Parts: sequence; structure tokens; C-alpha cells
Amino acid sequence: MSELPNVDQGGLSWLDASGEHSDIVLSTRIRLARNLQGHAFGARARVNDRATVMDRVRKATETVPHLRRAEIRELSELSANGRRVLMERRLVSRDLLGETEDASGPLSSSGVALAPDVPLSVMINEEDHLRLQALNSGLNLRAAWDLVDLLDEELGQELPYAYHHEFGFLTSCPTNVGTGLRASVLLHLPALVLTKEIGKVLQGLSQMGLTFRGLYGEGSEVVGNFFQLSNQTTLGKSEEDLVDHLDRMVRQVIQYESQARSVLMRDASAVTEDKIWRAYGLLRYARSLSFEELMNLLSGVRLGAGLKLLPGLRVYPLNKIMIFTQPAHLEDAAGRELSPAEEDAHRAAYVRSILSTEGRIFNDEGSDDAPTESTG
Amino acid sequence: MVCDNCGAGDPVIHLTQIVDNEMRTLHLCERCAAEKGVEGTAVPENFPLADFLAQMSSQSEEGGESQGSEGSPSGSGRRTGDSESCPYCQLTLKEFRKSGRMGCPECWAAFEGHMRGLLRRIHGSHQHVGKVYLSPDPSTSEMKRRVSALRRKLQRAVELEDFERAAELRDQIQDLEPASPGGRS
Repeated sequence: MSELPNVDQGGLSWLDASGEHSDIVLSTRIRLARNLQGHAFGARARVNDRATVMDRVRKATETVPHLRRAEIRELSELSANGRRVLMERRLVSRDLLGETEDASGPLSSSGVALAPDVPLSVMINEEDHLRLQALNSGLNLRAAWDLVDLLDEELGQELPYAYHHEFGFLTSCPTNVGTGLRASVLLHLPALVLTKEIGKVLQGLSQMGLTFRGLYGEGSEVVGNFFQLSNQTTLGKSEEDLVDHLDRMVRQVIQYESQARSVLMRDASAVTEDKIWRAYGLLRYARSLSFEELMNLLSGVRLGAGLKLLPGLRVYPLNKIMIFTQPAHLEDAAGRELSPAEEDAHRAAYVRSILSTEGRIFNDEGSDDAPTESTG
Repeated sequence: MVCDNCGAGDPVIHLTQIVDNEMRTLHLCERCAAEKGVEGTAVPENFPLADFLAQMSSQSEEGGESQGSEGSPSGSGRRTGDSESCPYCQLTLKEFRKSGRMGCPECWAAFEGHMRGLLRRIHGSHQHVGKVYLSPDPSTSEMKRRVSALRRKLQRAVELEDFERAAELRDQIQDLEPASPGGRS
């Protein structure tokens, strides 16, 4: 990807399905909210505050080991589409892009620092001055915590954090104060949705101090049966306790999902198999796909891959489809703006190009279904 | 099926709880559910920060938290209810209640007394027990808190049999602790 030549896999190493339970868990993310002493937060920060924060992070990249040679991107220097590509890769938030209702474009000195060879990044001048983030593949909370903890230790020695002996790390919003830690795990739970058990599970989780969101975090809807589970509170427990608690709960949810998959295959295998193959067929041959339709079909195909019903189909290419068929990625690949109809056509073409080379899927007659179409 | 609580009404709310890693479901009639404070929504609502802030507002009119502003530096913030403001960024308590966002790090000290109750309602606690941050010139008490936090980490690393990490943490603790007489090496 031309946008981030010096960053490992363009900041997408979390897609590679190398982590634990990666057929059910797409990714693990831990972020720490940090602020610098002597500067106003987000909305009240003046241009000077913002410029100073950016400047200090730039300097820190010269000395902080985990940020050495980090790529710093100021959002105002990127094209609107380039900014959205970063968001679609989950490296910056929608808020940072300034595309919410009451904002028009990114504020000055807002940006992101991306470590070159570890999955670490720092969002600069969002709601908090700094949002340190570790993002990795599958269920991998302890590794993510150890990594972001190290960066935090290093950065905290260079930059004077705002800290209160009683309230901990100070943040703009009281819901983040204390540890400033939000750990989240992106889970694909199609069987719990199909068996209608998901409501109960989510309700149980909310009583255990966890909350869920959609694919793009706060305020986003659930698409393609992807649920992002995270800790709700940040104060009164240690970071390790928060992370371990989420880990235990996620493992329990994975167990429920696996049980629901077994129930599906036991009680409704014909219907389930049919749904999965229909989803595959549509994705494999459709000429036009909206993102929502794609995500719903992909959910079925992903379930099929998890159940080993689609021979040789790996999870990694399915993860790639999710990212590279988002609107900004399609426009980036096309090198121009796309009309809605063109976007849907490009999306379908991308999916066909991936599925035509993936897996060893034969048709019912047993003949090779190898396609010859071009990717358009 | 009848309500698990009163044994009479039609169960309309099915409350699932996870206790000791076991999922249990309670079937409750509308009245018993309301008595237990269970809402009938299948999906939890977003975090009700606005409600908390509204409650905080009514509390402060009654004189605020009983702990007052103990520990806050004298002269930081004027204690006149809504018009109380942060000496650094001039954010008023009223503005905070409206936006739900602090203006700067100093706001936390200025509104300290008001924040405890709010934090208890949001997080169930107002005392940070996680990482202790050491500013470039730490006081002895900060240092002690930091060492005890590191000890907790060390204990966890040993439990997880991550001995490499444990050794690093032990070195960090030794660096922070002044050479104490009879200290183990």
C-alpha cells in the first residue's frame, strides 16, 4: 500500500489470522489514554497546545525505543480519502478525522504515529492528547498489554503525563480516567446470532462490567455479526485485572459460540450448509455488492471456513476482503473517486479476485471450478 | 411457565447472569422485574453518562460531596456551585456537566470533591489502583506506591511463569528502592 511504505504490512499485521482463536476472534486491541501536563484537553485545547503536543511526540520518536523511526502522519496533510484509509484500517478514529456532525475536517496537529515493525501506534490530539494503541491478531490480550505497557513506560519518561495520586491518569472524559485503558476484542459470533442466544450473552456480559460495540467502535452498528467486546470501567482495578477479566469472559463467549456452532450442525446441518454455500456462491460470482451485503455474506463464508465446510479456505483472505472492500480502500486502489454503482462493482470484482485464487473448492460434479475472469 | 420470583405472573423478562463462570437465567414477570430494577431492553443501552451528570448536578446543589475539596490546593476553584471554575482553563462546573468533558488536567484538582461521587457511580470506585506514574522528580510516597505496583506485576509474572519479565521487574524494583540494610540481592 503506497500510503504507508515504512510500516509493517501497512499497519495491517493484525489481519493475518496468526493469533489464537483467529477463526472467531479477528483482533485484539488495547489502548491507553494519556494527557500531558499543562495543556488543555481536546475540545478546549488551543492551536498552541495542539502544536506543542505534536511537537513533543515528534521529538519522542527520536529517543523512545518503540517509536524509533515511527511514521508520523498529520491528518491535515493527507487527502480526505487517505485519512479514511487510516480509519478503515482502525489506526485512527472517526473523531480524529473530524467527520462527525459538528466538525468539518481534521483539526490542526492531529495525527498518528505508527511504529515501523511492531503493531503499536499513537493517536495524537484526539479527545485526549495521546491514545497509545496495540493492535494484534486473534485473541492476544496479554501480549497486547505487555507491548503497550512498554511503550507507555518509555513515553512517560520523555513526556510529563497528567497524573493524580487518587484518580490516576487524567483524561478528558471521566469514563476513561484511572488506568485510561480500554481493551477490546473483535469477535465473529454468527452461531450465537443464528441460534438467537446472542441477546442473553450480551446481557450477561454487561452485568460483568463489559460493553459491546460494532466494527468501528463507539457508536457504530453491528455488521456481519462482528461484536467488539471491551471493559466498561477504567478505575478501581489494575490494568492486569481489567485485561485478565476480559480475557476470561472472551474465552467463555468463544466457548458459547463453539457450542452454538455444534448445535447448528447437529440440529440444522442441511440449512446451515445451504446458507454457507449460497453465501459463497454469491460472493464468488456476484457483479455488484454493497458493503453491508458483503459483510453479511462474508459472515456466512467465515462460518463455513471455521466449520471446515469450505475446503482449504483460509481466514486471512477473508479478513483481507473485509478491509480492502471498504469505500476508501476501493477508491484508493482505483486511484479515483467512484460512484456508488462503481463502488459496488469494484467491491464485487475484488472479492471475486480473492476467492478465485483461494481454497480448493470444487463444484458438485467434482470438476475444478477454477475461474479465468479478470479483476477489473 | 411462571415467574421465578413470585410464582404467579407470566414471565416476560429473562435475566441471564454469569455467576462463578456459570450462566443462570431468571424468568421474571413484569412486576417482579420492575421491583428488581431490570429493564426490558434486550440490548444494553449506551453508557448513561448524561444521567450521572444530571444526578451530580442535583447533588451539588445540596452541598456537594461530604468530603469536600480536601487535598485540593487552596485557591484552586471557587466553591460556588455551578459557577465554580478551573483556575487554569476557566472551565466551569456547569460547562462540564453540559459537555461531560474536563477542560484540562487542572480541572480534576479543581473539581476533586465533586468528582468522587461521579466516579463511584461510573466505575464503582474513585481510587486508582493501577500503574503508578513517576514524574521526573518523584516524591517518596509516589516511589513507594510505584514499588508496590511493580511488586503486584512481579507476582503476576511469576504466577504466569514469565520469568524473563519477572527478572526485569525485579531489577526495576531494585533500582527504585534505596539500598536498604539487609536487603536481599
